[in-house]
Amino acid sequence: MKLREDQIERYSRQIILPNVGGKGQEKLLNAKVLIIGAGGLGSPCALYLASAGIGKIGIVDSDKVELNNLQRQILHSNSNVGKTKVESAKERMTGINPDVEVITYNLRLTSENILDIIRNYDIIVDGSDNFPTRYLVNDACVISRKPLSHGGIFRFDGQAITILPHQSACYRCLFPEPPLPGLVPSCQEAGILGAVAGIIGTIQANEALKYILEIGNLLAGKLLVFNALDSSFRQVKVPKDPKCQICGESPTVTKLIDYEEFCSLKKIKEE
Amino acid sequence: MNAIKPRETLNLEKVACPNSFVRTKLKLEEMEQGQVLEVILDDGEPIKNVPRAVKEEGHEIMKVEKLDNKWRLLIKKA
Repeated sequence: MKLREDQIERYSRQIILPNVGGKGQEKLLNAKVLIIGAGGLGSPCALYLASAGIGKIGIVDSDKVELNNLQRQILHSNSNVGKTKVESAKERMTGINPDVEVITYNLRLTSENILDIIRNYDIIVDGSDNFPTRYLVNDACVISRKPLSHGGIFRFDGQAITILPHQSACYRCLFPEPPLPGLVPSCQEAGILGAVAGIIGTIQANEALKYILEIGNLLAGKLLVFNALDSSFRQVKVPKDPKCQICGESPTVTKLIDYEEFCSLKKIKEE
Repeated sequence: MNAIKPRETLNLEKVACPNSFVRTKLKLEEMEQGQVLEVILDDGEPIKNVPRAVKEEGHEIMKVEKLDNKWRLLIKKA
């Protein structure tokens, strides 16, 4: 594979980087990343990965763009309110970089469809906003041995961890079971500062880029915790749990689970 | 005496920074360790920056030669 003239120009500032170069750029152009959620986390992640020249980016979301999304979901524009988020995302990403092939999945992930979708990608970025999807994605990635970048945000706090299945702690090593329905307010109920989503989603993009380029140290076995009010970052070591229900020595979760949706706001809307 | 025979030549006249370095770096990536690359650079920013950036990547600058208002560089790939 030889870089075209316009690609040399477009990617010159990252080709210059030590340990990237033309060979690193080729890795990026040949890479396939799946982003789950075209929302607060998925937006900055998709923008940076498209800009960096990831060859193929899949994006999953079942929602349409709403006006109240635009405060933090920087992929979408005012004129796209009412369109599906994945179409809006594709328009923006290919607008930035026509090199990128964007595959859209206008659906909600379930135990039925997730394995077929993630199979086609090198690394998965979870920017979902609910526990059922988060556990489903974790379990599917562990079963399929796909690296996963998890990100979560809540009010002024954010966290991120990278999961290398069977090598580093998974999301269930950290939090074995989803909280009971109604116990934890969802983002929609709790509020979120847009820049917090930007910071965590950008960290997830950075993790995906490092994984593809094989440079630096991933947040594997390390939970990064961010607080926006203090502007503080800290890393908490997370060991692999030998008793983990999915990646432990004798796993009890042997097939994918569709947990109940327990976001009360969503339930009201759907009824 | 001046028997160093470059394997490849890159004429970067009128190529500004940082593209002069980008082109040099991409050419070096295609070459084998120990091979010599000859680069022709403009005076000014390129000759100030390219040799330094090339050295930072671990390659050896074998020769820097002034030719009228441009420069000739010989780089040995690390």
